Amino acid sequence: MATRQPLPWTPLVVAVDHCKGCELCVAVCPKTVLALDRSRVNLLGYHPVVLTDATACTSCALCARVCPDAVFTVWAAPREEHR
Amino acid sequence: MTRRQEIEIRPRRTEAEMETGRRARVLMKGNEAIAEAAIQAGCDAYFGYPITPQAELLEWMARRMPELGRVFVQAESELGAINMALGAAATGARVMVSSSSPGISLMAEAMSYMAGSGTPVVLVNVMRAGPGLGGIGPSQSDYFQATKGHGHGDYRVPVLAPDSIGEAMDLMATAFELAERYRTPVMLVADGILGQAMEPVELRFRTPERQAFDWALTGAAGRPARIIKSIDLDPEVLERRNLALQHKYREIARHETRWEGWRLGDAEFAIVAYGTAARVARSAIARARDNGMKVGLFRPITLWPFPERELARMSRQLHGILTVELSSGQMIEDVRLAVEGRCPVAFHGRMGGLVPTPDEVLGALKALRGRVERTRAASGHSPAAHDRGTPSTNGAGLDAGARPGGRG
Amino acid sequence: MTLDARSSGALRGAAAARLVYRKPDVLVDRATHYCPGCGHGVIHRLLAEVLTDLDLPAHTIAVAPVGCAVFIYDYLDVDFVEAPHGRAPAVATGIRRLRPEAFVLTYQGDGDLAAIGTAEIVHAAARGERITAIFVNNGIYGMTGGQMAPTTLLGQRTTSSPSGRDAGLMGYPIRITEMLAQLPGVTYAARGSVADAGSIGRLKAMIARACRVQIEGGGFAIVEVLSNCPVGWGMTPQESLEHLKGPVVEAYPLGVIVDRSAPSTARPAAAAPTKPEA
Repeated sequence: MATRQPLPWTPLVVAVDHCKGCELCVAVCPKTVLALDRSRVNLLGYHPVVLTDATACTSCALCARVCPDAVFTVWAAPREEHR
Repeated sequence: MTRRQEIEIRPRRTEAEMETGRRARVLMKGNEAIAEAAIQAGCDAYFGYPITPQAELLEWMARRMPELGRVFVQAESELGAINMALGAAATGARVMVSSSSPGISLMAEAMSYMAGSGTPVVLVNVMRAGPGLGGIGPSQSDYFQATKGHGHGDYRVPVLAPDSIGEAMDLMATAFELAERYRTPVMLVADGILGQAMEPVELRFRTPERQAFDWALTGAAGRPARIIKSIDLDPEVLERRNLALQHKYREIARHETRWEGWRLGDAEFAIVAYGTAARVARSAIARARDNGMKVGLFRPITLWPFPERELARMSRQLHGILTVELSSGQMIEDVRLAVEGRCPVAFHGRMGGLVPTPDEVLGALKALRGRVERTRAASGHSPAAHDRGTPSTNGAGLDAGARPGGRG
Repeated sequence: MTLDARSSGALRGAAAARLVYRKPDVLVDRATHYCPGCGHGVIHRLLAEVLTDLDLPAHTIAVAPVGCAVFIYDYLDVDFVEAPHGRAPAVATGIRRLRPEAFVLTYQGDGDLAAIGTAEIVHAAARGERITAIFVNNGIYGMTGGQMAPTTLLGQRTTSSPSGRDAGLMGYPIRITEMLAQLPGVTYAARGSVADAGSIGRLKAMIARACRVQIEGGGFAIVEVLSNCPVGWGMTPQESLEHLKGPVVEAYPLGVIVDRSAPSTARPAAAAPTKPEA
């Protein structure tokens, strides 16, 4: 991945304590920027998903589309910014 | 002392009255009279399936409900019908189904759900002889089914038992009232004779007032969503729900028990009977009185809640009780529970669709009196024996569909 | 909010992010009891999105099944009544007949609809009841521990077919939606899948169509959803979706089985158009 300026916003907000670690989002992400955070366990007892590289996320929202637990809220870059 | 729980009748001018040109009494078939009474009581929807001996009720509804712009559906089975009723009642509508014994068995599951979720539905069971496919003759062999819970779980259903078509018409309105007041299914039990017989009836109907229900499903516009359900997987929560149900049933027992006493003031013996059996009993009592026997009728009108306190009080003055049923003897168990051994309780009944005759009942009364007198002579005090007579088989029963002896 | 990109009210020139997707409010904000990767969650979300898009939640009276989705009323914030196992179409009939203005929805699994409730669904369809039925077909009885369903595939091992489903002893799987589609009272019958992102998008369009049929005064509408049961099938969530795309879809073809209505002109923007088949 090319280095980019850190973003003042995040493309993905995760409802951490609703995630069940099913990894369907990990498999569908075209940029492979989703992974389970195996350093922690959420209130349900699972390793929740985490966005590993916010700068590489394209806000395609495929993760939100396949997630059975509706954990994702997806934001996209402001129109003025160009990558 | 004759006590009758007064059932309030408020005469109203109805379409039927105007239709019949101010005639005071009209000859009506029981099934049809019950149907029309439900319609006049404001029934919004009827769901049913044909079964003998109540098909005329369904057919009356099939004609009248669309005339009035109300809902009629002949379902694919009684299972379909009762579940349609459950859904319709969940929206707060005044809903009714009817069937006969085998169909009521199919409705048992939904009755448990309705009791558990507090969904008001009125059911009419025009009882026929069983078990299984049985026969189409009149019967009272669904007493256990009606009063002890058709479906699974710890619940009760108020059961109303008219002994005439006129009373059945009035109790239809009562049924809707009880169902809505207490959020419970309510059953009215008749038998093939009441359903099929034609009697002159006064066209007086009651329409219970409508209430606004805060539980009805109408679409969650501007209010929180409502859920009608009976499941609670947390045992403590489910116990609380059950305790609330039991509290409700105690309230119903306290306020809604209905019965009729006839010629009990000086009675030494009593017949306990309901429905068609009560009509036969009245004839037998009239003849027994002519023979000098002091006997009266104790007629439960609510089979549940059973009038156990009143019967218990009555049993203190009685030398013996004869229970008469169109069955092998089901209500007699509740009679014995109420009497608690204060006097002997005997039984006379017919099965298979046969109806006891007044002569049979008179014979059973005399047999009871004879036994009581022998026991008293032998021991010098009231016996506490439980002596259950076997069903009489002298073959003098009425054919199905014939009219029993009129009220004495 | 749908998958369409919408402005979050950013001012021109200000560097404010745009909301691409947020789950609709009618999907209750709580963790569900479903297993990891279970398709019920996806289907509930699609229903929530479609109901919101069509402005239906305030008018909806829905019927809950018996099965894993017995608690669906905890996840969709609309009026609900619980039906006995299999009876949802009859309960929905009662609601529909008494509430002509309501939006009436049923949600059932394969045991509820294709086993114990076969009579109820057939006759509701035959009567052309104006309801929308969602049929979740995952070929197994999940809630009770993984027994065989009427839609279990031949050879599939379940706790009540431990040697694999044998046609001679246990019969053949049922394509119940094709059976129902023959009935003139059925306006719309379609089968979709949760197997991948594209299928989910097409499934959403089917659900939207089935809801529109009801709003537009059509008859019975049903969407069968090929869904997964990772725990019951003994697979990981990802493996279970591969299984859906393989043997399951071979047994249960995707697509619109019948559409007897006039097509709506408006379609959800994010979905691929579905062509009515003859």
